[in-house]
Amino acid sequence: MTAIAQTADVAGRHLRFFLRQPWFVLMAVVQPVIWLLLFGALFEKTTSIPGFGAGGSYVDYLVPGVLVMTALFGCGWSGMSIVEDLDNAVIDRFLVTPIHRSAIVAGLNLYELVALAIQSAIIGGLALAIGARFEGGLLGFGLLTACAMLVGAIVASLSDALALMLRQRESVIGVNTLLTMPLTFLSAAFMPLELAPDWIRTVAAYNPVNWAIEAGREALTASPDWTLVLPRLGGLALLAVVTTAWATRTFGAYQRSI
Amino acid sequence: MHTEHTRTIEAAALVKTYPGGVRALDGLDLDVAAGQVFALLGPNGAGKSTTIKVLTTLSRPDSGSARVAGHDVLRAPDAVRRAIGVVGQRSSVDGSATGRENITLQGRVFGLRGRALRARAEALLEQLGLSEAADRIVGTWSGGMRRRLDVAMGLIHRPSVLFLDEPTTGLDPDARAALWAEIERLARTDGLTILLTTHYLDEADRLAGEVAIVDRGRVVARGTPDELKSELQGDAIHVDVRAAQDAATAASVLGRVAGLGRPSVDGLRVSARADHAAAAVPSVLSALDGAGVAVAAVTVARPSLDDVYFRHTGRAFRPETLEASL
Repeated sequence: MTAIAQTADVAGRHLRFFLRQPWFVLMAVVQPVIWLLLFGALFEKTTSIPGFGAGGSYVDYLVPGVLVMTALFGCGWSGMSIVEDLDNAVIDRFLVTPIHRSAIVAGLNLYELVALAIQSAIIGGLALAIGARFEGGLLGFGLLTACAMLVGAIVASLSDALALMLRQRESVIGVNTLLTMPLTFLSAAFMPLELAPDWIRTVAAYNPVNWAIEAGREALTASPDWTLVLPRLGGLALLAVVTTAWATRTFGAYQRSI
Repeated sequence: MHTEHTRTIEAAALVKTYPGGVRALDGLDLDVAAGQVFALLGPNGAGKSTTIKVLTTLSRPDSGSARVAGHDVLRAPDAVRRAIGVVGQRSSVDGSATGRENITLQGRVFGLRGRALRARAEALLEQLGLSEAADRIVGTWSGGMRRRLDVAMGLIHRPSVLFLDEPTTGLDPDARAALWAEIERLARTDGLTILLTTHYLDEADRLAGEVAIVDRGRVVARGTPDELKSELQGDAIHVDVRAAQDAATAASVLGRVAGLGRPSVDGLRVSARADHAAAAVPSVLSALDGAGVAVAAVTVARPSLDDVYFRHTGRAFRPETLEASL
């Protein structure tokens, strides 16, 4: 109970900071919108490539990719808050209070996910406005958002853990830049994997980012194949729990080193 | 004074080694009675901050044991955390939040809620002279104000032990005086034990009822400031020579002057103890003149903690140069 209340308190702190930075808010809104419009226009004709599969517009196809990409690119920076708090001794201050260690990480992640939910609503609204159709309705879109949030939680926890171990901005930036692009392109974000080389298809099967995109996209169809959606959702949930637990444990390693 | 002297802080044989083989604590023992202000005095790198980190459960010792407010720091860290307030060496306020938001979050972490929390936060902000600035972003505050907010946040849950790690380092003289006054006020709070670290001798002398001198990870001397000073008989006479090569000559000259103790040399300064240093000045000067030593200045000083430090460590106390080299 206290851990949950503390998680909300910590999330509130990060959310207040975010809302006080107009540029952050603007960036968070504009970036996914640019992706949706830019990639939507650039790859519009790919639907006519033989083997693309299901009908519908390219924007229909692109929305899950953009949403999961937003989670990946946004939450990967989570560790920067940790580095900042380490530099300002805020983490050290928390560690000598009875706060649950998990609340420090979970609160930060919760804030990232609240921001992501708002981005998701904006992306969904814009996509509808430019003619996308979500056959799966609100439930489908909700499940897609859940998939994106789980990716966000996984990436944010990894970023937090890395920040606690390496304690410098450069490392967080480096790993983030190194991983996000390949994880995005080794997936069905922009086109079906049927059109991709065999090796990419093989790698994508183990890529959690691809699980989220495939499960979310399937949930948006008129009659989702739940045997495709649920295992991927479960896998993502499991990974999110494991990575959050790992990030919490890195506080121990940090404390042993100081 | 007449209350029972229960030990609020007890540490035995603490050892802590950092990667690279730096031995920050080398068998440090410490015990602090309840209700007193106790100062750990020493230069940077002596092990003061590491001691605080171990006692506040932030860091774990390699070996040794410690109890704070009746709880073992290794076996019951959360019980220790509920009993202590910590003001770290660096200000740990969140610069992007307001003062009130900072102290409110700190209170919530300790389980305070609603009206009780609001009242307690308001009272502490008032007490530390921060009411007016409370709703401004802390990033715009002065260093002294941030430090006072650190203290207010450390007190939000009414701890029985308050740790202050170099509370006035980096503050201007006015801000330092204000914080000293506040620490003296807190010291009168019923039952509050304060452990502070400092590399300012005057700070330890003014605030602390008892002082332990820490050097290379161990306590090398302890007592009240007066006890430590009275270990040193009489006054000190300091002779500053103009040229480095004269220092040794001056030392041997001073060694032959009646009524002076054994001289010691530290750079251009030669020092010796004397029962009545002022009375010895004429004979010191004429002896030095006779030996052809050019004297820049002669100072007579009552014993200070500086001298105590020198006596116990064999090194002069110069935090500024140490700071620059770190």
